[in-house]
Amino acid sequence: MPKKLVLHFPPHLIDQPITYRLIKDFGLVVNILRARITPREWGRMVVELTEDGGRWQDAMDFLAEAGVGVEPLAREVLRHEERCIHCTACVAPCPTKALDVPDRYLMEVAFDQDRCIACEICQKVCPYQAMEILFD
Amino acid sequence: MAHFQVNKTYQEINEKIKKGQAVVVTAEEIIGIVRKKGEVAAAREVDVVTTGTFSPMCSSGAFINFGHSQPPIKAARVWLNNVPAYAGLAAVDVYLGVTEPTTDDPLNKVYPGEFKYGGGHVIQDLVAGKAVHLVAEAYGTDCYPNKRLERQITLAETVNAILCNPRNAYQNYNCAVNLSNRTIYTYMGPLRPRGANANFCTSGQLSPLFNDPCYRTLGIGTRIFLGGGVGYAVFPGTQHHPGKPRGDNGVPLGPAGTLMVLGDLKQMSARYLIGASLLGYGCSLTVGLGVPIPLLNEEMAHFCAVSDEEIFAPVVDYGYDYPAGTGRVLGQVSYAQLKAGTIMLDGKEIPAVPLSSFVRAREIADLLKGWITAGRFLLGEPVELLPLAEPRPPVDDPHRDS
Repeated sequence: MPKKLVLHFPPHLIDQPITYRLIKDFGLVVNILRARITPREWGRMVVELTEDGGRWQDAMDFLAEAGVGVEPLAREVLRHEERCIHCTACVAPCPTKALDVPDRYLMEVAFDQDRCIACEICQKVCPYQAMEILFD
Repeated sequence: MAHFQVNKTYQEINEKIKKGQAVVVTAEEIIGIVRKKGEVAAAREVDVVTTGTFSPMCSSGAFINFGHSQPPIKAARVWLNNVPAYAGLAAVDVYLGVTEPTTDDPLNKVYPGEFKYGGGHVIQDLVAGKAVHLVAEAYGTDCYPNKRLERQITLAETVNAILCNPRNAYQNYNCAVNLSNRTIYTYMGPLRPRGANANFCTSGQLSPLFNDPCYRTLGIGTRIFLGGGVGYAVFPGTQHHPGKPRGDNGVPLGPAGTLMVLGDLKQMSARYLIGASLLGYGCSLTVGLGVPIPLLNEEMAHFCAVSDEEIFAPVVDYGYDYPAGTGRVLGQVSYAQLKAGTIMLDGKEIPAVPLSSFVRAREIADLLKGWITAGRFLLGEPVELLPLAEPRPPVDDPHRDS
């Protein structure tokens, strides 16, 4: 099963080929969903990692040793249910249908965390600040 | 004078409400009743139909009298949580408009602006019981010598707080698309380029003015659900244009009638008055509003039975036509289609979403139904109905609605 993770890179690792090592040395399948890398700043990569016969635990140990923070994506994208009024403004801009209206009679917005790639569009378009991304 | 088989008066319905005998249904429930039993039987059986809408309504605000200081002040400039309120009124009266951003908001200088906090958010905070920071400045007079006042104030501590919205509950609205080549940020939400999405904004068959399209019962003095409390329709709203083209069922094919509404903010709830931040556009207040419609006769049952299939919104390009004021309408689309989630534009299927909350609109219609059924809310008989005729020819911008 692929896992969606957010990798946080400290500034001194920006020029290191970490992703290459995950693939080459540990045999993981790496699907980069989003990445933000700026010199001298914390970098961030949203990835989908699949073990696929590779060495998962060794890869995680390598990341920890290198100083790369690893967080499940689900923990970093918050939906404040009590703030959402189901205006559905987030639904059309959401590129992965993580935010969708499954029942067009009820017209409630449902959030499917598994589909979310933390693109942060919903955070910007929600008029009620119901979506929060906890990066950085 | 039309002759009806059913003839009820406001007084008769109110007597039934007081006795707990009134039959009240929502604007969604009445559709099936009329289809099954017919208009006459429905009008005999049902006394009141409740409607609801919950949407950003930019033409909203509150009159607040924050009470005299010692020594007293004739406040000339006032801020609440750093949001300017209009103080060109008597000593400690102000009007706080919901689209007013904080003084240090970067607006659209950092495009698209986020407009995180404004007048609407202040109203939400007040109604939620939070203290807000009041700053008042004055030039000082012999009778009002104080020149500056700064204090925390809660809604309970204000002398008066009256929600007074000059234009709410628009009778129909545009379905917005964007045919330009870049994403645009509008009061209808973000619209992707080349007509990639459509946003609309009324609660369709639940919406107050769709259920009394010719204003047979709605007017000055109609008692309504406003922001979780009791309010009143007090006048035709600004830009009330009843003369817009209508379908055979009397329902306007574009933005037409509006309501000016008023109510005691102190009785309202932060669940139904919520500050809104519209990316790249500005701040606003999302207002919960519900109107009870008395089934005085079978004609009202006929009107209230209107369904999403019979209500049409004009599709308008906000990329070029709307800002240029061309008045061009790309087509008409039914609310049934819009609610189903996609519409056809230039042979392409595109997603459609409301900015209006159907979940809360339904909740408001149900809540109002509960109030009336329990005998807690009586109908207000209008002293004058909303005008159905234009008082004069509309000014020359029939396509500009906000």
